[in-house]
Amino acid sequence: MKIQLLFFGITTDLTGENSINFELNTDITVQDLKEVLMQKFPKLKNMHQFAIAVNEEYAEDTLTLKENDVVAIIPPVSGG
Amino acid sequence: MENKTSVKITSDTLNLQECYNFVQDAACGGIALFIGTVRNATQNKEVTLLDFSGYEPMAIKEMQKIADTALVKFAIHKIAIHHAIGELKIGDIPVIIAVSSAHRKAAFEACEFAIDTLKETVPIWKKEHFEDGEVWVNTHP
Repeated sequence: MKIQLLFFGITTDLTGENSINFELNTDITVQDLKEVLMQKFPKLKNMHQFAIAVNEEYAEDTLTLKENDVVAIIPPVSGG
Repeated sequence: MENKTSVKITSDTLNLQECYNFVQDAACGGIALFIGTVRNATQNKEVTLLDFSGYEPMAIKEMQKIADTALVKFAIHKIAIHHAIGELKIGDIPVIIAVSSAHRKAAFEACEFAIDTLKETVPIWKKEHFEDGEVWVNTHP
């Protein structure tokens, strides 16, 4: 299935991407996706942590992704 | 129902008067304001400018959650949370939080809650620029 991946902050610099279409197996959880991403973009391992948002809401690791989800990689925020 | 929250992300200069005017009300005994300003140094290193970027639709949602939670959690009347994005220079204002309440304690507490939570949850990032380079704040690549 296809999802859209969005990159922000330092993850844009680490991956060289802003937004890509990404092909995934079905029944993939957020935790699974994190592992897939770190294989595809090994530089993400340099970060202590990052959160995942699905369709503009923070997602738990156990959430199962669906076709056409918009998935954002959220590095530690630093607004304010 | 009267709108009690004003949430905004803009690439324009933030408008303090607009925040004040939104929360000001005859029923209120006070207004607490937090104004974030760009500091000229980080750990003794001179900063030239800050570049703020955000995941805007999600950032707006998270800011709205903070405003809605503050209204439930504290005895306040109105709250405004405005954040700027783009390049800001020393002394510029990246964030304004304004809270009005009948009694001052609730406004102070809600204001502190709002800025503390914003810094933890709202997907906005700042890159610090120095004379000799740049670094994303809060990350350790």
